[in-house]
Amino acid sequence: MNQDRRIRVLVAKPGLDGHDRGAKVIARALRDSGMEVIYTGIRQTPEQIVDAALQEDVDALLLSILSGAHGFLFPRIMEILKEKGLGDILVLGGGIIPEDDVPELKKLGISEIFGPGMSSQTLINYIRENLSQG
Amino acid sequence: MEEDIEKIREETKRWNRDCLGKHTFRKSETDWGLEIKPLYTVDDIRDINYLEEIGFPGEYPFTRAPHPSMYLGKLWTMRQYSGYGSAEETNKRYKYLLEQGQTGLSVAFDLPTQIGYDSDHPLSQGEVGKVGVAVDSLADMETIFNGLPLDKLSTSMTINAPAAILLAMYLAVAEKQRIATEKLNGTIQNDILKEYTVRGTYIFPVGPSLRLITDIFEYCSKHVPKWNTINVAGYHMREAGATAVQEIAFTFADAIEYVNAGIKAGLRVDDFAPRISWIFNTHNNFFEEVAKYRAARRLWAKIMKERFGASDPRSWMFRFHTQTAGSALTAQQPLNNVVRVAFQTLAAILGGAQSLASCSFDEALALPTEDSVRLSLRTQQIIAHEIGVTDTVDPMGGSFYIESLTRKMEEKIIDYINRIDELGGAAAAIEKGYIQQEIQESAYRYQKEVESGKKVVVGVNSYQVEEPLPKGLLKVDPKVGAIQIKKLKELKVARDNQKVESTLLALRKTAEGNTNLMPPILEAVKAYATLGEICGLLREVFGEYEGTSAI
Repeated sequence: MNQDRRIRVLVAKPGLDGHDRGAKVIARALRDSGMEVIYTGIRQTPEQIVDAALQEDVDALLLSILSGAHGFLFPRIMEILKEKGLGDILVLGGGIIPEDDVPELKKLGISEIFGPGMSSQTLINYIRENLSQG
Repeated sequence: MEEDIEKIREETKRWNRDCLGKHTFRKSETDWGLEIKPLYTVDDIRDINYLEEIGFPGEYPFTRAPHPSMYLGKLWTMRQYSGYGSAEETNKRYKYLLEQGQTGLSVAFDLPTQIGYDSDHPLSQGEVGKVGVAVDSLADMETIFNGLPLDKLSTSMTINAPAAILLAMYLAVAEKQRIATEKLNGTIQNDILKEYTVRGTYIFPVGPSLRLITDIFEYCSKHVPKWNTINVAGYHMREAGATAVQEIAFTFADAIEYVNAGIKAGLRVDDFAPRISWIFNTHNNFFEEVAKYRAARRLWAKIMKERFGASDPRSWMFRFHTQTAGSALTAQQPLNNVVRVAFQTLAAILGGAQSLASCSFDEALALPTEDSVRLSLRTQQIIAHEIGVTDTVDPMGGSFYIESLTRKMEEKIIDYINRIDELGGAAAAIEKGYIQQEIQESAYRYQKEVESGKKVVVGVNSYQVEEPLPKGLLKVDPKVGAIQIKKLKELKVARDNQKVESTLLALRKTAEGNTNLMPPILEAVKAYATLGEICGLLREVFGEYEGTSAI
């Protein structure tokens, strides 16, 4: 990617869950690391999230979910991303997601799932490494 | 005595200089910036007036306890926040917990229910039955409480925006069980302001939300007198990152707003204030948590008496439910959480809780299993019966550190409340984003401290091990959504739809006017109008709240 352009990231909360402490902390940490961060706010539908990713022309999409609805919402988001030609965006998931569910989510094209206790530096490094390769 | 204090002060100075001063030691401080001294002495509490500030249990200002005999007279109510999947599964879990010695229920509703959508709403997809039980109509509520006599139970329901409707369903179940509503014991959370700040399950704008709350105050004061009509909630603010001081301050600011709303609606403060209850979060810092509850009891008594002129001593009493801190649990080495939960539970009891739910050790990974939730209940039972902390009232009272910390926390809480008053009250402060910003700042500061290693979290940033995948976690049946939708379809065929229409029409008229909403809601519920139909109608009349998402 163009070295002059700052990494642009969309942090999104799909579904009805309002617990956005993690999403907001991550958004702040990414911003402090020099990335441009857009946060959608809570209660976003898959359609709204993909629209925001398209409009904001982001490099990475971070989905935070704690309600257990990832099994429906993540596949739906991946499906719409592909429909809109955004299949190459780096998509990451975070929140409370059972490890058993992770392989299935990765098959959909979600690059990595980060659970509780992850440091923001781990995430920052991951985004930098994976985008510079792309 | 003064001379003794002078001498103790001099001796403390000497000790600091000549004894402690020769050693290297760690400096500590609270999350909200109070430097904690290496040693507290009687000098730290010398200007506390015992009779005025500490006093006696069961008497103003209630610093030591709300009731004179506390756990010697009655243990706290042991609840475990639970509910998941279908009404049938939840009913089964409740019966299990009651068999295990739990003494009250605490109902967790799924997100569609909390936001007023039926299970077949497009936004409910993937969410039905996940974080709590799905309730679409009175039929589900009847199933949840099937075989559970409501007059012998105390039920707490974590429900806010649609609280009036779920309460109406509970009243309707009672009627079917032929139990007078006067006999019902329990609590609805019904605290909308913290939904706007941290939890997000709001539906309506501030004005109609406050009207729903004051309508419940009024209705229950006449018909359900033993019901706690609001459970002002600090728990979620703490989970969102608030410090202990912010937790109490912002919750009190919200409560002040509700009391003002009640008075503005024409109610007498002493008619509803005794039915205000609380839920807080008991975190890891043991002494701070004990001091927090003592400070809160004292300050709320003062607020009710001095600010609102309440004259019934029951209006001054701060009685609280607490749950241990979900956010303090780690997904790493989850068994360590057993220890964390035990200490948090102990702090809650030494702080004087009336009702308590202890988290389960697997909650950073999934909803708790039967085994893990039983262990948490056993933790409460061990503290209640085996370790002697319930043998006297407020055993921590008089500790130099605890009393000093209680005073310092009270002062800091008052500073915040004054600041919110200057901003025009809690609703205005939320509107301006002030409370949200303060909490976000604390959350970010905490995260940085964990990541820098300044704050040790065992198993997360220290003492890590390689771990296998956890086994045996609870998984909600993925079919629950489809089953719930099928039940809903059947319900809509079986019920008297003309009656549903007419009760909804009556509700609409009331919503457009200004009389109490509870009676028409009750009629609609009894006709098996669904939660989504009732909330949908109220959405049309009241409009919806637009959230903010500043970071």
